[in-house]
Amino acid sequence: MHLMINGQSQEVPCTTLTDLLRALQLDAQRLVAEVNGTIIARENFDQTQLKENDRLELVHFVGGG
Amino acid sequence: MEDALVLGAITLKSRLFVGTGKYAADSLIPEVIQASGAEVVTVALRRVGMQQEGVMDHIPSNIRLLPNTSGARTAEEAVRLARLAKAAGCGDWVKIEVIADTRHLLPDGYETCKATEILAKEGFTVLPYINPDLYVARSLIDAGAACVMPLAAPIGTNRGLQTKEMIGILLEELDVPIIVDAGLGRPSQACEAMEMGAAACLVNTAIASADDPVAMAQAFRLAVEAGRTSYLAGPGRVHENTLAEASSPLTGFLQ
Repeated sequence: MHLMINGQSQEVPCTTLTDLLRALQLDAQRLVAEVNGTIIARENFDQTQLKENDRLELVHFVGGG
Repeated sequence: MEDALVLGAITLKSRLFVGTGKYAADSLIPEVIQASGAEVVTVALRRVGMQQEGVMDHIPSNIRLLPNTSGARTAEEAVRLARLAKAAGCGDWVKIEVIADTRHLLPDGYETCKATEILAKEGFTVLPYINPDLYVARSLIDAGAACVMPLAAPIGTNRGLQTKEMIGILLEELDVPIIVDAGLGRPSQACEAMEMGAAACLVNTAIASADDPVAMAQAFRLAVEAGRTSYLAGPGRVHENTLAEASSPLTGFLQ
């Protein structure tokens, strides 16, 4: 499926947000996801179906002041 | 009576907050936090990279996270970042930082107020980073800020308490905690801010850029404690127009 992930166009085989994170080898417990501008609660990652051309932001905490 | 700092619904013993940016190695962070005695540490929110490294591996679970909204250039972007940080499940504290000026990195008071109003209504405990401007600070308090965080000097410069006079005015006029943030470069400067009556200091670069960050974290802890203790002790009067004032009795000398 074609997705825009953090501003980059990517082809990833997945149907749900959880599938996507697994395919990208990202730890769901460590990040926050926004799909098409809407924040997805972590407990809903499993049920969140992704569609062609969805825009995702995957963010996490980094060091900062 | 215990001298505690109350912010939102939380009571803190430590009056030193530390940042987690700019360390030569993030593995230093646990020791820095321990040496600083900090109960609150700041973090930033960014897009995940290809390999998912994370500062969270290095922050003990009993430490309260204060996510900042760095990277936000408008109130709208700050609100979005604050909501994302909350969704990460680490509480509802947020340091609002809205910076459109990339040269001096000065905070935009107007946008900061707009973001604070929205987020305070949503139940966030909002700690806004500001220029030490009395009117901006008052607007923020009206908007529901839990404190104000005036800068001592431009971010990351280690130049010290350059805005001392203006912070003094905030301390004089405002009833909310004033947390001096940004620019403090030496423990002595944090001590001075605390002695003036600041509620706390937030330090990142000064610790992270020291040759020995762990020792510097300890030095800041001691300085903040010394300054706070001095403030509570009520320093004696400064004798501006006296040449000298003997400390020992001027009678009973041996002949």
